[in-house]
Amino acid sequence: MIAELGHFALILALVLACLLACVPLWGSWARHYAAMRLAPALAISVGLFCLISFACLTHAFLNDDFSVKVVASNSNSLLPTVYKFSAVWGNHEGSLLLWVLILSLWMAAVALFSSDLPTPVLARVLAVMGAIAVGFLSFSLFTSNPFERLLPAVPADGSDLNPLLQDPGLIIHPPLLYMGYVGFSVAFAFAVAALLSGRLDAAWARWSRPWTNAAWGFLSLGIMLGSWWAYYELGWGGWWFWDPVENASFMPWLAGTALVHSLAVTEKRGLFKSWTVLLALSAFSLSLLGTFLVRSGVLTSVHAFASDPERGLFILVFLAIVIGGSLSLYAVRVPAVRNPIGFSFVSREALLLLNNVVFLVATLTVLFGTLFPLLMDALGKGKYSVGAPYFNAVFIPLMALLVPFMGLGPVSRWRDDSVHRWRSRLLLPAAIVSSLAVILPFLFGHGFNLWVALAILCAGWVICGLLDDLRARKRASIAWWRLLTRQPASYWGMVLAHCGFAAVTVSVVATTQYSVERDVRMAPGDRQVLAGYEFIFDKTERLRGPNYLADAASFRVEKDGSSIATLRPEKRRYFASSSLMTEAAIDASLFRDLYVAMGERVGDDGAWAIRLHYKPMVRWMWLGASAMALGAFCTVFDRRYRAVRERRTMTISAHASAH
Amino acid sequence: MHPVRRQRLWVVVSIVLFSSAAVGLVVYALRQNINLFYPPADVVAGKAPLNTPIRVGGMVVEGSLVRSNESLEVRFEVTDFVESVTVVYEGILPDLFAEGEGVVASGRLRDSQSTGSGLALIEAGSGVSLPTVALIADEVLAKHDENYMPPEVAEALNKNATAAIDPL
Repeated sequence: MIAELGHFALILALVLACLLACVPLWGSWARHYAAMRLAPALAISVGLFCLISFACLTHAFLNDDFSVKVVASNSNSLLPTVYKFSAVWGNHEGSLLLWVLILSLWMAAVALFSSDLPTPVLARVLAVMGAIAVGFLSFSLFTSNPFERLLPAVPADGSDLNPLLQDPGLIIHPPLLYMGYVGFSVAFAFAVAALLSGRLDAAWARWSRPWTNAAWGFLSLGIMLGSWWAYYELGWGGWWFWDPVENASFMPWLAGTALVHSLAVTEKRGLFKSWTVLLALSAFSLSLLGTFLVRSGVLTSVHAFASDPERGLFILVFLAIVIGGSLSLYAVRVPAVRNPIGFSFVSREALLLLNNVVFLVATLTVLFGTLFPLLMDALGKGKYSVGAPYFNAVFIPLMALLVPFMGLGPVSRWRDDSVHRWRSRLLLPAAIVSSLAVILPFLFGHGFNLWVALAILCAGWVICGLLDDLRARKRASIAWWRLLTRQPASYWGMVLAHCGFAAVTVSVVATTQYSVERDVRMAPGDRQVLAGYEFIFDKTERLRGPNYLADAASFRVEKDGSSIATLRPEKRRYFASSSLMTEAAIDASLFRDLYVAMGERVGDDGAWAIRLHYKPMVRWMWLGASAMALGAFCTVFDRRYRAVRERRTMTISAHASAH
Repeated sequence: MHPVRRQRLWVVVSIVLFSSAAVGLVVYALRQNINLFYPPADVVAGKAPLNTPIRVGGMVVEGSLVRSNESLEVRFEVTDFVESVTVVYEGILPDLFAEGEGVVASGRLRDSQSTGSGLALIEAGSGVSLPTVALIADEVLAKHDENYMPPEVAEALNKNATAAIDPL
């Protein structure tokens, strides 16, 4: 009964979304204000019905309703309650419903928090989002209905959630990632609405900027959690594999990074308008492409669920409509946009343009590497795969090219600046950073390493640009603490995000260069020394978990004779699916991780294949990525965006009193 | 020339230079880092190159898994039900690796007679003779859930299944 209710709510949501996509748009065309004013109410009700539908599916999962097909094939009565909850999106149908839910929630949020937008703009934005919702709701209803029943043959128990997904990280990773993916639909809708109205101005950029930053922040968090999950759950100790699905989330992130910076120029200076619109269109198109790659199963990947081609075709058609439609609109409308203001080559605009070019080229190279196997297969040239070395070889030089200009960015002035000024301000910091880059690698205790030195140079350069900018903001009369509290939220957001980038840079390079990884054969009583840490294999024992049996090993780690940690990796066998899972044990700290994972039993003497890792600085990667996301959220709270609303209400009331 | 035009020209020229550098980088990186998939039948027929990174995939032959007693070296046969290829790997196999299941191994093909190395670790006592050609794998990927099969493997197996039914 509950499942049918959810199905019905989903159908209602589709009907309402169809209305939302048509009525306000017609209203904005015919200047019919009552039709336009329907948009917020429709958007909120679509959100409400999606929420009801999602709640019904969750209810089915939590109450082990195995007559629902999705529940029967992705849950089990022994599954802990938390994982029953996350199992809702641990499968194709449910994750698509989550996608729809999040889209409708963004839509409702736009309807609620944008009451200060002019009615026609809000109507167009919501109508475009409504059209996207129609696409995804019909995808969910027609090709992957989550409420399909297994009647009358109801199975006694479910066939369990994939053990890889039974993990706390997976409870929040997909929702956050989707928040980011779908969040770009807001920027997309604003861009399309602006193209429809033919008005691309600084006000447009100011409206869409907080939404874009928030979406980018969520996407950063989602990617960060995915990387962290892969690190401790897959049992390989890797944190980024350039897997097609990782790339699928990374491409919108790269395009989104370019968009965030280009929006800044459009808002502050009214430049790069058509370029910004193009980026907004591509960021969301890349999100859709990512969905297609993940959901259609065309690529070999750890994320692909078993899937059927009909679904892939549906998304492909949808993708073609969205990309083709928005680009045609762009081609028709954009020639009318003119940039009357110029800028010099030595200015903040030029630096941000460079940022955009680098990020765009990075997006394209990742896109090319990801689609290359598909392209070759379609041409009948054989089944290729593009490995991580390709992406590293292309991506790392691009990012290294970015950093010198990234340090200059905060110091630079809009419109016109001089190289001489930059030189006089940054020569001393540059000298200090260079000497630090030579000295600091020795502190790691692994000897000098050129790559680590270069990474420190890059990170130091970015940070010294920020510090110099802060120093320049200080005038003689203000005390330091007042200076700090007076800076706007968007300034702190920028600082946090750039510091996060610096942390990620150092972490990625230091981890790659200094990690020690060893796969060894160990029996209880054996010892291995790795990077100065002695791992002692004490014993193995049998453990029983809620829905699995495990072989748990116990390792003591000693350094210089004193005990540091006890690590207990596990090898689990889950009852329902009888699949094996490696549970790695990690001793985490700010400067190094010690990582033990069990392979398989080898030989007859109780020996195991054991994977030992020593990973310095690996935490900084996730801390840095979190700082980037936090920075993005920070900018959303900038007073500037609220001030607009206050000013607008003031002018409106002034108008009203004048009449 | 009008200053705005000149500026636009510079922007365009620098973008062109930059992107051609990027394209060069891509082509260079791609040439070294792509690898082609070969079903075992092609490997046995000598269509796959030696000492070049390739991938080989298919089903793990039941009972073909041999482990070394001293190290983590393993050896197994991968088949597409037409021919089979020996894969040698040193390291930890993925959790879902099992005999009779689909697998993709990436590595380089070695001719044991010409190089004479790399394959020496397999115990002589096991009674298995060394094959002439074997894949020295540096990565073994297994399927990751109950129903999923890597598309290349599925296609290679399907092709042979239909070929077996209808020889023409």
